[in-house]
Amino acid sequence: MTIVERLATTTKNRQKSRQNRFVPLAGVLVGAAVIVVLTYTLPPFRNYQLATIGAYLCVTAGLTVLTGLNGQLSLGHGALMATGAYTLALWQDRFNLLLPGIVLAVVVTTLAGGVIGLAAARLRGPYLAGLTLAVAVVVPSITSTFDNTFNSDQGLSVALNPPPGVIPVEQWQVWICWAGALLTVLFLAYLVRGRFGRDMRAVRDDETAAKLAGVGVARTQVLAFVVSAACAGLSGALFAVLAQSVSPGAFPLTLSLFLVMAIVIGGLGRLTGALIGAFLLVALPSVAQSIAEDAGSQHLEGNLALTFFGVVLVVVMLAAPGGLASMKFPRKIRKQKGQE
Amino acid sequence: MDRFLYLTFDGLSRGAVYAAFALALVLIWRAARIVNFAQGAMAVATAYVGYSVASATGSYWLGFVVAIAGGLVLGAVVERVVMRFVDHSSPLNGVVVALGLVLIIQGVLGMIYGNDYRPAEAPFSRDAFQIGGVTLLSRFDLFVFGAVGAVVVLLTLLFTRTSTGLRMRAAAFAPDVSRLLGVPVGGMLTLGWALAAAVGSLAGMLVIPTELGLHPNAMDLLFISAFTAAVLGGLDSPVGAVVGGLVVGLLLTYVSGYLGANVAPMAVLILLVVVLLSRPDGLFSKAKARTA
Amino acid sequence: MKRTATVLAALLLAAGCSNGNSNSSGGSSSNTPGVTDTEILVGTHQPLTGPAAAGYSSIAPATKAYFDYVNANGGVYGRKITYKIMDDGYNPANTQQVVRQLVLQDKVFAILNGLGTPTHTGVLDFLKTNRVPDLFVASGSRTWNQPDKYPGTFGFNPDYTVEGKILATYVKETYAGKKVCFLGQDDDFGKDSLAGVEQVLGSVTAKQTYVVTNPNVGPQIGAFKAAACDVVVLASIPGFTALSIGTAAKIGYKPQFVVSNVGSDPTTLAKTLGAAAPLLEGVVAANYLPLATDDSSPWIQLYKKVNAQYNGNATFDNNVVYGMSVGYLFVQALQGAGKDLTRDKLTEAVQKGGFTGPGLVPVRFSAQDHSGYAGEQLTKLTGGKATYFGTPYTTDDAAGAVAPYSGTAAAPPANGVPPAQ
Repeated sequence: MTIVERLATTTKNRQKSRQNRFVPLAGVLVGAAVIVVLTYTLPPFRNYQLATIGAYLCVTAGLTVLTGLNGQLSLGHGALMATGAYTLALWQDRFNLLLPGIVLAVVVTTLAGGVIGLAAARLRGPYLAGLTLAVAVVVPSITSTFDNTFNSDQGLSVALNPPPGVIPVEQWQVWICWAGALLTVLFLAYLVRGRFGRDMRAVRDDETAAKLAGVGVARTQVLAFVVSAACAGLSGALFAVLAQSVSPGAFPLTLSLFLVMAIVIGGLGRLTGALIGAFLLVALPSVAQSIAEDAGSQHLEGNLALTFFGVVLVVVMLAAPGGLASMKFPRKIRKQKGQE
Repeated sequence: MDRFLYLTFDGLSRGAVYAAFALALVLIWRAARIVNFAQGAMAVATAYVGYSVASATGSYWLGFVVAIAGGLVLGAVVERVVMRFVDHSSPLNGVVVALGLVLIIQGVLGMIYGNDYRPAEAPFSRDAFQIGGVTLLSRFDLFVFGAVGAVVVLLTLLFTRTSTGLRMRAAAFAPDVSRLLGVPVGGMLTLGWALAAAVGSLAGMLVIPTELGLHPNAMDLLFISAFTAAVLGGLDSPVGAVVGGLVVGLLLTYVSGYLGANVAPMAVLILLVVVLLSRPDGLFSKAKARTA
Repeated sequence: MKRTATVLAALLLAAGCSNGNSNSSGGSSSNTPGVTDTEILVGTHQPLTGPAAAGYSSIAPATKAYFDYVNANGGVYGRKITYKIMDDGYNPANTQQVVRQLVLQDKVFAILNGLGTPTHTGVLDFLKTNRVPDLFVASGSRTWNQPDKYPGTFGFNPDYTVEGKILATYVKETYAGKKVCFLGQDDDFGKDSLAGVEQVLGSVTAKQTYVVTNPNVGPQIGAFKAAACDVVVLASIPGFTALSIGTAAKIGYKPQFVVSNVGSDPTTLAKTLGAAAPLLEGVVAANYLPLATDDSSPWIQLYKKVNAQYNGNATFDNNVVYGMSVGYLFVQALQGAGKDLTRDKLTEAVQKGGFTGPGLVPVRFSAQDHSGYAGEQLTKLTGGKATYFGTPYTTDDAAGAVAPYSGTAAAPPANGVPPAQ
């Protein structure tokens, strides 16, 4: 059994697992309270980073369900985020109504995800990776071919109303992004506990067995892709809100690759892992840059940060193959592994 | 018609270098069941070494040999020092470690050589022959075709005619059974990595002179095209890699030439969708042989 | 889920705690961020790594070296300039992050010479909201010249349309009646440049675009050859200039190349082409700053001195000249803003204009105009070295005529630091 199946095991051992006695709703409410308190204590830049973590969490949570629980690897979620972001930008330009705009962004991305998901359901392993990779690199091509709508490389700016009252912008951004993130997490937490979650794991573990047990394999895979696409769309829309602008350069292939790295390093198939991954996506580059800065030489600066980033990835992957989320209870995992 | 011929030859010469690199991806896939995302960065690293040697000694061919030997060494080292210790229970762990290696290699290269483009000389003239006003291929293009052809032949011989090749495939497909049968699985993996990296280095030496020059990120874009080509042809098939490379090269050139450069990535995506929907394991997949 | 919340709280508190950085406000200048009695903190975003770093990564260190030189000569009104360079890898998402860090956390006084059109476009609104002066953006986009919409943003480079008009004027005068083709990058750079070219020449014989993600211009150059163009105008970055010239040679096509300033640094091109560098012979380009190879220019003598003392003797090319010229102009603006430095005073000083410096043509700054240098002069590459010929031209990005500029270039002050005004 692979590490990615841990969540499956915890669900099966529902009685034994402490973790599952907690209702997701309670966890999310605690999280919301923590966030609100934090927004009043953190300085503006930290609030901005916190908001960015929230926006990332939407996509990493959806992706970890797709990849960790359903076994489909996508290198194209950056493109789905771009879909959400551009939808919101175009909507805001005309109507400037944020909430309906975000909903529309999710809907449009869900449709796009459905199309890709239909193709993805037929593909496995590297072939799926190859197809989604081609999706990821097509974004700049689309924005420049239809540049009257998307304005090519320079992108669009996103019209936004200032926050109500005297709330600082960064604090307002945290609230919006984390409202989205916590709703996503809540939705996914209930989803993976239900019948759909069981179907996904069954398909991931053994397609033939799942089929024999009456699980619609293709249906489950397409649905999983659609769900994670919706999350990516929400994330993209939130990024558009954060940046007040969208451009193809902000959604490069490296973003899609970093998302995959984030969920694996965090701990594949776990929402906690998705959270850690989202945190690392924000924290690691800036930590790397400040370490490199302290180390001195101007000409090495960028390269030292890159190297440090790479070393962290390799070391974590070697030291904690199940991701950071798994590090606390190594013994328990081994026991669970043995049980299946 | 002239335009069509011109674009065809241009596309073929681009496609040949995609094919060269796709071969490296196929080789590592056959040997270790992994898509090595670090292949491009590793090839760049050895190309830097090769060109350093070439400029120090004044001999391109010495640098060429050093680059490929460097590929062998680097591949073996990466396998022995890093990849061997990766938990392979999830295929993604290897992918993430490879991506980490990319960052490390690019960072280190940037520190040593700087982030500027450096010239990469070609061993043969890149001026194309012209017949009746139509531009055909250059000597260098012919060299690329020859090298790619040689690699395909050697790989096919290795995997079908030698016991080593058979052991390598067995070790990749069913490591446990192979071990029981006395195949030195670890050694086969190291060998596979070394060979794949050497082919990657060869591809690097072939492609870098035709592009913008030596740069830590010089192979990033090529990796995308070559991976697409390998997937298109089928990751298990060296012939598929070559066909895939040529098809992608031709498609990119035709579309850039007739419709505009910005449309090309969309055309590649459409091609991939069409091919993979009818043949989910690539053009040259063996019937029903589902990958691990 | 509880663990999720716990992990979350722990991570964020850790993040919060690490924020013990000094908020260096206060000081004399009425609480202006980034300004104390002894220091002015300025930030920038640049591509130091990644594919776009080539050439550009040497700009900001050169600017910093010039500031160090000024600091060693007493600074500006006794204040030393600290230049914080952040790497965004030419990725607009990273630009968002690093510029916010500079403004919100490091509390910089101003953003200087942020590089790139797509990268910098994304932070315009943020900088405006936070009232941060956004000086001398490193790109020729017309976006920076919107004084009503972005009152704090100023350009530096001549914009691409101005350049297109000047290049086309040369082509029209020298190659009257010849066929002209145009290859441009597939973004605002190529588009604005083409607009300028066509305004002067009318429709060109063939126009093609390239995308940076496909390093093959075979189809495009092939089309020009088929169209039998005598002159090819390139609006391309250095790598693609070299690639275009190399590709033309490969297919036995020898047009006259006329290249945008953006993609014409001879050192970078020669480095990229290597043994094929002789192909550059005769290439016409344009510039507006002293050329790195012109040792007779007092500016180059000054910059070389600074480069040796404060820039670790980095390769001295036009990018270094550019970076130091940015530094010089910024110090001029600071001198103009006076001793009691505030953000509004800095913007006013820039808007007042009248700077004379290394440029061959004046910078255009005024209340109505935030674009940078007003024009360019043509250069020709001979013997691996670019030299100016003819006279400088100035024009605007609209329908204005391309006019020769007769003013003479200023010499640098004796100590190399612009005097207080």
